[in-house]
Order: sequence, then C-alpha cells, then structure tokens
Amino acid sequence: MTVMQHIWIVLGVLFVLLNIAAGLIWVERRLLAMWQDRLGPNRAGPLGIFIVLADTLKLFFKEDWIPPFADKWVFILAPAIVVGSVLMSFVIIPFAPGIVVADLNIGLLFFLAMSSLGVYSIVLGGWASNNKYALLGALRGASQMIAYEVFMGLSVMGVVMLSRSFNLIDIVAAQENVWFVVTQPVGFVIFFIAGIAETHRLPFDIPEAESELIAGFHAEYSGMKFGMFFIGEYMGITLISAMTVTMFFGGWLGPAFLPPVLWFFLKTFFFIGLFILLRASLPRPRYDQLIEYGWKILLPLVLVNLLVTGAIALWLKS
Amino acid sequence: MSLLFYISSIVAILATIMVITRHQPIHALLYLVVSFMAISMIFLSLGAPFSAVLEVIVYAGAIIVLFIFVVMMLNLDKETALQEKKWLQPKVWIGPSILALVLLIEMILLLLEPPSEKMLVTVVTPRQVALSLYGEYIIAVELGGFLLMTGIVGAAHIGKHTKRNLHRFLQNNH
Repeated sequence: MTVMQHIWIVLGVLFVLLNIAAGLIWVERRLLAMWQDRLGPNRAGPLGIFIVLADTLKLFFKEDWIPPFADKWVFILAPAIVVGSVLMSFVIIPFAPGIVVADLNIGLLFFLAMSSLGVYSIVLGGWASNNKYALLGALRGASQMIAYEVFMGLSVMGVVMLSRSFNLIDIVAAQENVWFVVTQPVGFVIFFIAGIAETHRLPFDIPEAESELIAGFHAEYSGMKFGMFFIGEYMGITLISAMTVTMFFGGWLGPAFLPPVLWFFLKTFFFIGLFILLRASLPRPRYDQLIEYGWKILLPLVLVNLLVTGAIALWLKS
Repeated sequence: MSLLFYISSIVAILATIMVITRHQPIHALLYLVVSFMAISMIFLSLGAPFSAVLEVIVYAGAIIVLFIFVVMMLNLDKETALQEKKWLQPKVWIGPSILALVLLIEMILLLLEPPSEKMLVTVVTPRQVALSLYGEYIIAVELGGFLLMTGIVGAAHIGKHTKRNLHRFLQNNH
C-alpha cells in the first residue's frame, strides 16, 4: 500500500466516523420518538435531519465557561481524552478487506488498552470540576468502568482461543464458515453488556444519572467541551457496535450481492439501533446492583465460558 | 525505529522528573501515566508489542486509575499540596542526588565500553510470550496467582463488616 493510499484511508475513516457520530443525534431522537409513540424532531429540513446542524451550532455559540474553582488544565484535558481514546480504537477495525488503518498483530489488546484509557476522561473531568455531584459521578464511573473492563477483556478471550489470533483481520477470516455468535453466545452477551457499561449508556449511565446527580461528571461542562463528551459517547456506541460486528457477527462477511463495506455498516447500524432501543426500554439499576451484578454473576459466568471453550477446543484438537 | 526510541526515552525521563516535583498528587499521577505510555512506546520500538500493550492496560489503565480513585476518595487537596511543598525543599535533594550520581557514573562507564554486539530488534509475538509463560515460567505464574489470591482474601476480610442495627424495626429490612 502506498503512503497516499494510507493517508486517504485515514482521512476517509475519520470523515465517516465524525459524520456518523453527528448523525446519531438525529437517529437517536427519531428512534426514541418512534418507540415512545411521538414524532421527535421533524421540522428542520427533510425528516428533521438538519437538527444535527442546529444542535452543533447551538453548542458552538454557548458560552464556554471554565469555573474559577476548577483545576483549569485538567478540566480542559478531560473531554479531549474521551474523543482521542475512542478515535484511536478505530485504528484497528477492518471495515472491509484492505480498508484498515493499522493491521496490528495485537489489535484486540490495543482496543482494550484504549478503552481502559477512556476511564481517565470521566475520572479527571469529575475531579477537576471541584463539585460534589461531579466527584460522585466520577467515583461511580471509575469503579464501574474498571469492573466492566475485566469482563470485557475476558469475554473476548474465547474468540481469541477459537481464531488463535489477536489480529482482527484473522478473527474475521476465521468466521468464514460460522459466525462466532453461534460458537460463543455467552461471550457475545457479556461483551455487549460490558460494552454498554464501558460507554456508560442507559441503562448503565450511573456516572451521570441525571435524576440523582444532575449530570454527574460533566455537570460543570458547557459549550463545545460538553459537546466533546457528547460526541465521545456517540463514537463509543459506534465503536462497541463495530467491535461486536467484527468479533461475533463476521465483520464484512456476507452474501455477495452487496459490497463487504456495506455489510459492515448495515450490521453496525443494527447494533447502534439496539443500543438506542435499550435506552428507550430499560430502567436504570441502582449503583450497588450494577456492581454486584458484574462481580457476582458476570465474572463467574465469563470464567466458566472460558473454561468450557478451552476444553472443547482441546477436545476438537486431539 | 531508533529515533522513536530516543524521543520516547526523553519523554519518559521528563515526565518522571515532573512526577517527583509536582505538589498536587493528581498532577503527579497524570505525569506518571505519560511516563508509562512513553515506556510502552520504548517496548514497541524494541520489538515487544505485547509488553507494550500490557504496560498500558495494566499500569496506565488500571493501577493509576485506582491511585487516582484513592486520592479522590481521601480528598487530598490543599493540605497535601502544602505538605508536599514543605517536603520538597532544596536540602532534601542532596541525598538522592548523590545516589543518582553514582548510578549515572556507572552507566556512563558502561556506555563508554565498546559495544560487544549491536542491539538487535526481534519482534516477539503474543504466541511466543504465552508459550514461554505457560511452559518455561509456569511456576512463577502460579506463584504470582497465589500471591494475588492472598491479596483478594485479605481485602475481603478487611472489607467485611457486620451490619449494625440501629433499631429493631430496621432488622431484616434492607
């Protein structure tokens, strides 16, 4: 691959991702409205799609206020970390054969490393705000994300065992005959649950829980700094959906009447829709319930899944 | 590759100096994260991607987050910064500086010797790491597991507390 081709792939991936993240503002509101039996934004432009522009303009013109009691540099750094770490994770996702930014042999581990760095945005944002509610949100966020990172890492190890590689292109290629969702159903469910907790989306949006903590870790943020958290969350959803598709639903593989990249996007959008449906339909658990559910149910389950997968893989080999 | 090595080494040294000179504990921890990431880059440039990623996942991603968590919980803010300022007076630096100087002289002497062989960069794949961990070094891995298990049991024992009932009406009632 020449250098120019590589630069075009990087720019293309960045362009598509940022547009999807912005477009999800409209998609989420319309879908939520549909499931709650109302109309949603339908005034600006065809089907209300210009709500994206209106919302972005509004964010840019809001006063960008840094509280005098905040720790200034850490306060500014926090929203950048979330967007940076999520964008870095997209580096390893193969969108179609040949369309991948970096073909790393430690791809899956790189994704886990970047998602573990994403915790800093919540922790630092909440701490730097110097506000009781923000600090509570940050404490909750830190313990929730550290706990669910463990299950996320363990749940994909079954896939690694079966495909014998950390490289995502090899993992997709190993699903030529049968998708890993068939052979690793428990791994898929736990990965998806952990993914919701990692992106702190509803029903697991306990770090921000607006009915108890106002807005949690980003209570003091306004203007485009809040916008960064907002966009970071949407990109997080896209990332978890794309990773689910890559690891459990055969990535770009699909019947030949559509190009591979289109298959990838269709599957990814299905999971983004699932994220929004979960938000529309499930209530938020209590904080201790969430942590207990993680350590007492998901952890034993994922360990048993690993043991069984390993045993079957050894049995098939001999 | 050697340019990458030198850049990340300089970043690591500068970040580590910042760690020990900051008064605010959270700022020091943030520089420690930068230092860990620079070290991870050094591993990567030496052909060990697996250790590089583990460095980020384990140290930067989990351990330092726990440190920051504890600092946040204890609310070490103004007072600690003042205390640190008091501790970091010029005369404190004398002892460590002498020790560091001895190490520096040793390192310079070692570097001045003609190199016996060139530094070879061989990429170690995750599979090789796993094979040596679970083959050659299995005892060390298991002993490490024992140690962690003791830690967990100890933490569970310390964290356990009997429920105090403030009133008989509140019994059996969460």
